Amino acid sequence: MKNIIREIRTNKGLRQEDLGEQIGVSRQTINAIEKGKFDPSLSTAFKLSKSLGLKIEELFQFDE
Amino acid sequence: MKDKTFTLKQKSNLKILAYWTIAWTSSQALVTFGSKLIWPESTIFIISTILLNIGLGIGLILANRKYLIEGDELEKKIAIESMSLALGLSIVVGLAYSSADQANLIPFNAEISHLVIFTGISILVSIGICRKKYL
Repeated sequence: MKNIIREIRTNKGLRQEDLGEQIGVSRQTINAIEKGKFDPSLSTAFKLSKSLGLKIEELFQFDE
Repeated sequence: MKDKTFTLKQKSNLKILAYWTIAWTSSQALVTFGSKLIWPESTIFIISTILLNIGLGIGLILANRKYLIEGDELEKKIAIESMSLALGLSIVVGLAYSSADQANLIPFNAEISHLVIFTGISILVSIGICRKKYL
């Protein structure tokens, strides 16, 4: 699953650590999500969406 | 605990898990060497150290459970994959090893400690593979 988390996060001046702290996951998890190596749970996706101020479907693009 | 940030909480749970692990490992050494070197004749001491060992083992299991339940989402995925690999390998290799021992195909007795060592190595290697995959 592709996403634009890195782009939005850097535009907001947030570090991976900061975003991780906000949503309750580690910096490594944020990094793995941004690289598309790990698909987050629905709960984490909602937290990311809330924290970055975008809808889930704007943050993530399902890649078949 | 409510005010703690996620990272601090994780560190705290990991520290608690480390304390339980040290305590349980020490009690295991006490059971193993105490019954041979310190109190070989005293059944009451041997039973007491075994009971202590089981009690600390339960504490270790609960601390590990808490660490995983309250832990990071990706760490949980890595733990599940690693544990499933280690459990599967331990059952398959352990039973094959036991069968080989019963058929006298190996020059020594199959001991439970061999299986514990194998499981430990399997889980360490599995964690390494999974971490490389996701991190």
